[in-house]
Amino acid sequence: MRMLEAQSLTVRYGSLAAVNGVSFALEENQWLMIVGPNGAGKSTLASALTRGVPYTGVVRILGEDILGEKPARLARKIGMLLQSNAVSYSFTVEEVVRMGRYAWSRGPLAGRSAEDDSAVERALGATGMAALRERSVLTLSGGELQRTFLAQALTQDPGILVLDEPANHLDLVYQRQVFGMISQWMREPGRAVISVVHDLSLARAFGTHALLMDGGVCAAQGPVGEALAAANLNAVYHMDVGRWMRDMLSLWGEPEALPVAEQARVEPNEQGNTATDRERDDHCGLREQA
Amino acid sequence: MEKRAEGFGVRNYLLFGAVTAAVFVLCVCMGSVNIALSDTLRAVGNALAGRPGSDVADTVILSVRLPRVLAVALTGAALSLCGAAMQGLLRNPLADGSTLGVSSGAALGAVLAIALGVTLPGFAGGGTMLLAILFAFLSLALILTLAYRLDYSLSTNTIILIGVIFSMFANSLISLIVSFAGEKVKPIVFWTMGSLSDSGYVSVLALSLALLVCGAVLLLNARELNAFAAGEDNARVVGVDVRRVKLTVLVAVAVLIGVAVSVGGSIGFVGLVIPHIARMLTGPNHKRLLPASMFAGAVFLMLADLLCRMLLRPRELPIGVVTSMIGALVFVYIFYRTRKRK
Repeated sequence: MRMLEAQSLTVRYGSLAAVNGVSFALEENQWLMIVGPNGAGKSTLASALTRGVPYTGVVRILGEDILGEKPARLARKIGMLLQSNAVSYSFTVEEVVRMGRYAWSRGPLAGRSAEDDSAVERALGATGMAALRERSVLTLSGGELQRTFLAQALTQDPGILVLDEPANHLDLVYQRQVFGMISQWMREPGRAVISVVHDLSLARAFGTHALLMDGGVCAAQGPVGEALAAANLNAVYHMDVGRWMRDMLSLWGEPEALPVAEQARVEPNEQGNTATDRERDDHCGLREQA
Repeated sequence: MEKRAEGFGVRNYLLFGAVTAAVFVLCVCMGSVNIALSDTLRAVGNALAGRPGSDVADTVILSVRLPRVLAVALTGAALSLCGAAMQGLLRNPLADGSTLGVSSGAALGAVLAIALGVTLPGFAGGGTMLLAILFAFLSLALILTLAYRLDYSLSTNTIILIGVIFSMFANSLISLIVSFAGEKVKPIVFWTMGSLSDSGYVSVLALSLALLVCGAVLLLNARELNAFAAGEDNARVVGVDVRRVKLTVLVAVAVLIGVAVSVGGSIGFVGLVIPHIARMLTGPNHKRLLPASMFAGAVFLMLADLLCRMLLRPRELPIGVVTSMIGALVFVYIFYRTRKRK
C-alpha cells in the first residue's frame, strides 16, 4: 500500500530553493531515512510533508492531497517529532503526551475516552516515560524531553511517523531502545516511518530505504544499501566516508572490542539492505526487548 | 496514584465562586460609609422584588456600590483572562492583553474623546466608551493587517513586534494630544491612571456581554492554548488549526480589552500578574488556568478597588496606580521565588 507520495516538491526561502523538485514514494512498513549534509534541505523536506512550510508540488497521503486536508484529519494520518522541542510552562510529562490526542478529540467539551487513556499509557510505556509521568517537563533532561515528544507523536496514532533527528539528546541505551521500538511500531499494518538522521550507522541499521539529499535536490534514493552506497556518500559529503568511519572504529582497537552492531555487519542482501529484519533485530538487541 | 482532573471541576468552580462572592459582598458593604450586611441584602432584595428603596443605604448600595463593584469584578476577570490567554498563545510569561497594542489603541480613542469633548446624550462617559471600543477595533484591524502583510503565517514574534511598535506610536499620539489639551489635561491624566468609580449599569452590561461571549470563546480554546505552550509547530503537528486559533484568540482578547479599557481606563499588571498566581494554584493547563484566572482577577481587582476607597477616605486613589504598585511587588516576589527554586 502506498502511504505517501511526493512529486516535484519544492520549498523556497526567497530566492533560495531549500528543497528543489524532490519526488519519492513511501510504501507500507518502510522506514525511509533522509540523509545528507547540513543545509541539504532534509528538515525542510520533512516539515513540508506535514504542511509546516509553504511548498509547490504535490504531497499525497493514502492518495489524498494534504493541502485539502483539515489540520486534525491530517494529524490523524501523519505525526511528527520536531527537531527541537521546548515547553514554556510547567506541564507534566503526561499532559504533554496527552496533547497528542487532540486530533482524535470529539470537541472542546468532550472528556477523555478510554482509547485516549490507552494510547497515552502505551506511548508512555514504549518510550520509558511512564515513571516520569507526573514530572514537570521543565525539569527533564534533553533526552527525556525528546522521549516525551516521541510519546506525544505515538499517542497521536498516525499511519506515518516523521522523525526529525530522533537520536537528538539520546544516549546510546535510549538510541537503541527508541530505534528498536520504532522498528517494531512500523511493522504494524498501515504504518511507515520517515526519519531525518545524521548517523549513517543508524540509517543503515534501521532504514529499509534512504533518500540522500545534497543542496536541496535528491542525490540518490532507493533501498538503503543502494542509496547509501560508498560512492554516493563520498560524492555528497566530499570525503571518504567509509575511511572516516573505519578510522573512528579503529580507535576502539580489535574487532572484539567494537560495538556489537559493527561485529554483526553483513553484506547488503538482494534488496540492498545491510541486514534482514531478523539480523537487524539481533545485532541491535531488539529481539530480547520484543 | 491520584491524578489531577484535567478540567477545572465543579468543586473548584464552587470554591473559587464562593471566595469571589464573599469578597464581592465585603466590597459592597465596605467603603467611605460601612453598611451592615443585613441592610445590603435588604436593599438588593428590595430591588430584585421591585419594591422602592427606603433610605440612603439603599441608594448608596444600588446606585453606587453595586454597579461599581460589579464593573470592577468583571474588569478584573476580563483583564486576567486576557493575560492568561495571551501568555499561553505567545508562550511568553510577560505577555498580557496590552502586548497586542489594542489597549493603547483604546486609550488613544478614549483620550481623544475626552480632549474633543465627545459625548453621548443621556449617557455619561458614553462618548469615551464608544471611541475607546472603536479605536480598539481599528487598532486590531491595523495590527493584524500589518502583521499579515509582513508574515503570512502570522507568527507570534511578528504580532508582538507590531503590537509593541503600535503601542509606542499610540502612546506618542496620546502625549501629543495631552500637550494640546489645555484644561482637559487633568481628566485625561486621571483617566489614564485607571478608574472605575463612575461605572454604572451600562458599563456592567457592556462588560458582562463581552465577558460572556469572548470569555466563552477563550475557554473553548483551552486545549489549543495548551498545545501552543509547546510551540506553534507542535500545535500544528498535533492537529491544531494554528492560524484560525490565533485569529480567534486575538480577536476575543482585543474585544475584551477594548471594552475593559473603555470602562476602566488603563489598569496595569492585573493581566500580567494574576495568571502567574493562578498558575501557581492550578498548574499551567489552560482548562484550569483560564477559569482560575477569571476568578482571581475579579477578587484581586475588587480588593484593590476597596483599598483605593478605604486607604485615604474620603479621598479615592486611582485604581491603576494601586494595581501597578501591588502588581510590581507581587511580580518581583514571584520572579524571585521562581529563580530561587531553579
